Amino acid sequence: MTQKTQQFIIALSKGRILKETLPLLAKMGIELVDDPSSTRKLILDTNHDHIKAVILRATDVPTYVQYGAADVGVVGKDSLMEHGGEGLYEPLDLNISRCRLMTAGKPDMPPVSGRLRVATKYVKLARDFYASRGQQVEIIKLYGSMELAPIVGLADYIVDLVDTGNTLKANGLVPLEHILDISSRLVVNKSAMKTKYDLVQPFIDELCQAIE
Amino acid sequence: MTIENPWLLPQGIEEILPERALELESLRRQLLDLYHSWGYDLVMPPFIEFLESLLGDLGKDLDLKTFKLTDQLSGRLMGLRADMTPQVARIDAHVLNREEPTRLCYMGTVLHTRASEFAASRSPLQVGCELYGHSGAQSDVEVLRLMVATLRTAGVKDFTVDLGHVGIFRGLAKAAGLSQRDEAELFDRLQRKSIPEIEQWLSGRGLSEEQHRHLAALAHLNGGLSVLSQARSQLAGAPQDVLEAIDTVADIAERLQALDSEVPLHIDLAELRGYHYKTGAVFAAYLPGSGREVARGGRYDGIGEAFGRARPATGFSTDLKALVGVSCAAPERSQNAILAPAPSETQGDRALEAKVAELREAGERVIYQLEGDETDPLDLGCDRQLSHRDGQWALVSL
Repeated sequence: MTQKTQQFIIALSKGRILKETLPLLAKMGIELVDDPSSTRKLILDTNHDHIKAVILRATDVPTYVQYGAADVGVVGKDSLMEHGGEGLYEPLDLNISRCRLMTAGKPDMPPVSGRLRVATKYVKLARDFYASRGQQVEIIKLYGSMELAPIVGLADYIVDLVDTGNTLKANGLVPLEHILDISSRLVVNKSAMKTKYDLVQPFIDELCQAIE
Repeated sequence: MTIENPWLLPQGIEEILPERALELESLRRQLLDLYHSWGYDLVMPPFIEFLESLLGDLGKDLDLKTFKLTDQLSGRLMGLRADMTPQVARIDAHVLNREEPTRLCYMGTVLHTRASEFAASRSPLQVGCELYGHSGAQSDVEVLRLMVATLRTAGVKDFTVDLGHVGIFRGLAKAAGLSQRDEAELFDRLQRKSIPEIEQWLSGRGLSEEQHRHLAALAHLNGGLSVLSQARSQLAGAPQDVLEAIDTVADIAERLQALDSEVPLHIDLAELRGYHYKTGAVFAAYLPGSGREVARGGRYDGIGEAFGRARPATGFSTDLKALVGVSCAAPERSQNAILAPAPSETQGDRALEAKVAELREAGERVIYQLEGDETDPLDLGCDRQLSHRDGQWALVSL
């Protein structure tokens, strides 16, 4: 078998998750050859010939891994749940990039009658949350700057990630209901788990040790 | 509202163009010959049936997948088949009603309201084999080997066979006294192998230490054949049916390796595809770099019960279109036809017609030039033409 020459591709989420994942990989002895913040390369080499990394928008990581374009990936539970996680294993909680998914709005808002308008980029999670409350809502999909929506009257509430709460505070909003605790997960392509077991399982085991 | 692009096909519905269609049809014939040589009889279930008989006991998953319409004659709901397995089970249980073991195979288009997996077709060409009336590991191995033979015939390489058994989770869940809802929640976490969530979920259930340990072990029990001995030690003390299920998996793996050591085997005791109707060993074939299984199967004793007679049953199925899609690159257009001159140029020469018939009989592809058509013979896929020489029609290279 050509087990040794098989490539192993890791998909990493841009931004904070990347910054907090790299030290874990370094503990496992995997380091990127190029500096991800300055290189223009899309597929990054590591100090192991057969291991490559791709750095993606967090919402794309589950898709790349699901289709087998990458073998494993690191992604926030928020993006993972919004994607649905079909065709993926998620064996590890990396306990990094922790935050909360919450609803937020203007303080002292009078109760809204009729359908609530909720702005979010987490359409599925927001719908599921309000459905579990038995509440009919109109979801408005936005791609950024959620905090603006309640201020300009586009929406009654927003559903978004809250870390320190400073962005909300700066815009005169308050966090309201807690929906989910978020942290980053390791996701594994189903097929890779079975067809490249000798590469994937040791990776999971070593990463598990690196977390502790 | 106007409909733009009237030629656009619905999502997940595709047409198969000349070269691919030829390849698909030739594979279809090879496979039916293969199944025939293994003693499997071909059946052709109807494309549309009353909903109740179409769904059998398979329930909700299949129900949501089935396109439905009302029968104008009876007023009853009919469904376009989304899976041929229950149809074939109905044929075995109700129509054939044989006492002896029965081997059936089938091939046909099925329709899905929603693709069964991401990026899958909504109109797969389902092909499969089912063996009824035998409950030992031998029949599981037979259909598993037939699945492997199917993949090899289709030119699919580098696949790994994944083997599991639904009885292990089912037995442990029963022993732990999980309600149906609890079982579904744990099942979901297990399918994602979300080890942190499984631990968290189990902790709140008031299970005994042993039950907790057994259920938690499942998500880790995957890998090479050594998993089976791990399973025996980690699940020691589990109910008898769980231990028997592990033995069954081991038995199947051993028999398969003895008969065909080329097949890479992966054991995954938490893989529970078709959990709601499967009753024993389950298996599937995976390819590196694809995320979806290319073929699947397993044991589903009792499926015939809805049709009046439960019999042990095991089988596999796959989507022929997907197989042709993964087996190789798009085939090139064949360039081996023979051009015959248009009848206007030969004034109805009988000798030409006889020569054409002779060539066609011999398996050649002969295309008559159309009157007034000036297309380059190469563009028609021809590499030779018939030309009149010394009072005879002879082949000349182009």
